Amino acid sequence: MDDALTTVLLLLDSTIRVATPLVLAAFAGLYSERAGVVDIGLEGKMLAGAFFAAATASAMGNPWLGLAAGVAAGVALALLHGFACITHNGNQVVSGMALNILVAGLAPTLAFAWFSQGGQTPLLPGSARLPSIVFPGVDAMAGVPVIGPAYAILFDEVNVLVLLAGAVVTVTGFVLYRTRFGLRLRAVGENPAAVDTAGLPVARLRYQALVVTGVLSGMAGAYLSIAHGAGFVRDMTAGKGYLALAALIFGKWRVGPTLLACLLFAFTDAVQIRLQGVALPVVGVIPVQAIQALPYALTVLLLAGFVGRAVPPKASGQPYVKER
Amino acid sequence: MTSETHGAASGDAGPARAPGGLPAWADYGLLPLLNLTAALAVSALVILAIGENPLAVLSVMVGEALGYPEAVGYTLYYATGYIFTGLAVAVAFHAGLFNIGGEGQAYLGGLGAGLVALAVPGWPWWAAALAGTAAAGLFGAAWAWVPGWLQARRGSHIVITTIMFNFLAASLMTWLLVDVLIKPGQQSPESREFDPGVWLPTMDRALGWVGITVAPSPLNLSFLWALTCCGLVYLFLWHTRWGYALRVVGRNERAAVYAGMSPARVIVLAMALSGALAGFSGVNDILGVQHRLLLNVTNGVGFVGIAVALMGRNHPVGIVLAALLFGILAQGGGQVSFDFPRLNRELVMVIQGLVILFAGALEHLFRPRVAALFRRRAMAAVAGGGL
Repeated sequence: MDDALTTVLLLLDSTIRVATPLVLAAFAGLYSERAGVVDIGLEGKMLAGAFFAAATASAMGNPWLGLAAGVAAGVALALLHGFACITHNGNQVVSGMALNILVAGLAPTLAFAWFSQGGQTPLLPGSARLPSIVFPGVDAMAGVPVIGPAYAILFDEVNVLVLLAGAVVTVTGFVLYRTRFGLRLRAVGENPAAVDTAGLPVARLRYQALVVTGVLSGMAGAYLSIAHGAGFVRDMTAGKGYLALAALIFGKWRVGPTLLACLLFAFTDAVQIRLQGVALPVVGVIPVQAIQALPYALTVLLLAGFVGRAVPPKASGQPYVKER
Repeated sequence: MTSETHGAASGDAGPARAPGGLPAWADYGLLPLLNLTAALAVSALVILAIGENPLAVLSVMVGEALGYPEAVGYTLYYATGYIFTGLAVAVAFHAGLFNIGGEGQAYLGGLGAGLVALAVPGWPWWAAALAGTAAAGLFGAAWAWVPGWLQARRGSHIVITTIMFNFLAASLMTWLLVDVLIKPGQQSPESREFDPGVWLPTMDRALGWVGITVAPSPLNLSFLWALTCCGLVYLFLWHTRWGYALRVVGRNERAAVYAGMSPARVIVLAMALSGALAGFSGVNDILGVQHRLLLNVTNGVGFVGIAVALMGRNHPVGIVLAALLFGILAQGGGQVSFDFPRLNRELVMVIQGLVILFAGALEHLFRPRVAALFRRRAMAAVAGGGL
């Protein structure tokens, strides 16, 4: 019994670790897509965030400067996306794709030239990584049966970015549904013409949303390279940006469901590692790849309307052109 | 189907609308050249920032891609795959669809070709090639048909579903190679090698039959099939009823409905065709070069297809030229690391990304300025004629 509980708690613990970058990236996408700008470039922004965070942390020895550099890289790419899609009415999908490929080349190219370690950054020492926080009371509760060890598993080492991701979810829920900015943001994604008629600047609102997107996706990347990991490695994001996009769609572009989708996808990942080669009753050994493919399959089924219905923001994907 | 989501997919990605006062040579020649120059200029800045000389890198790249016969063979081999995926993206573009799934469709196409080659040892190569190519097309088409059907009948956004299908293809192939098709008693996830009799002949071998000697390279007979496909796609799009319907749906879905066309059927057809074309690139890699099934064989060919289609303005002739350009980039870029120790082959992706950015997303950066220039000149000419 105790064993089973430990397993469940360890699963939860790793779910939260895996979910953190997904949550940050998915909420990054939430801002831009609710403002009507499709963003399939989350992957690229994450990768850039991961690389510049690790490179700066390695050069300066300071993780907070690294985080700032990762965020700056994410914002720079988001602004480039905005320049192409908002200022020049370019195709949003093409732009996102272009940025993904650009960063997939640029990050290892720069890493190769700057650090000469085959496209990686040097291994970061503990002092150059974002710290973890030990929750109060872990020692005090150690003596309490069941609750003590459980508390220790979940709360003895929580990275600051995990806490930040939690804060992002809460703040986003408030900003999006309870503030004037959030109302305008949602309006500009549903009906930009109406926003324009009300005398509000459509382009500026979309740019503002993209800056938030850049900040959050840069953070998501930084989590991978200077919080969870200890340095940048080639293709570090490995599709997590796309997975976050899937979670955003699976969460129907809404705050609560998107969070749940991220947790669900992270949970399947955590389970998948534990299920490798384990024979289950009735079904036997499930191939790892089947579990890995589950989030994508679920998202396709949702988009097809077989499990619920996902309706994107009405104006998403369309550049706003004043004179029609 | 929901016209909004579909409209979002088409948008500006579709074939260029005839811009006011821009002659065809400027639209198809000058603008792509301007976009390419901008992409190369930014790449040069990256190379400068790294501390190498961009012109020296460029000259090595071109020399390593075109400087000697073997290199030309490699360049054309890369171009073969890019022609297939470029055509695939272009056919979907003409129907107003953005097919990002070329990568997965090429992967599945390779699977089809490989399964045939594994199943028919002892067949003459031409029979295996015919069956393998057909299977590659069918597998690729099937993998694209599903997102096409979902778009047409259920309104699922084609961009998202094709992205998801890329990941599903990767998972499927990993499972097949790790658990099912792996050669027994072997560590690396690869199938057994095909019977040498069914290998698709390389170009040097084929030309040797008619007494022409060329340097050996991976360039194989699928190159000729790629060129044939260019012709077929041209005939289909501009000289058949179906191709016409496809372009009408891409331009204006409502007009297509009024004309009695069924956008849903056209969309499914366009995606199946697109998938088949992408699938053919599996023939080039699997039957022509690798001679066995293995992981990650596509290596970004589907994504390069997007750049090729954008640069080639979605026209078969443009696609051949753009595919050659990206072939040069792939072959030459792979060699620069030998001469420039601070560079590696990922530089190629930087250039590819920038080309997609300038030729695709930022296509409105130069176009209005160039158009205005031509308008002014035309007006000046009229004014001059009046005097």
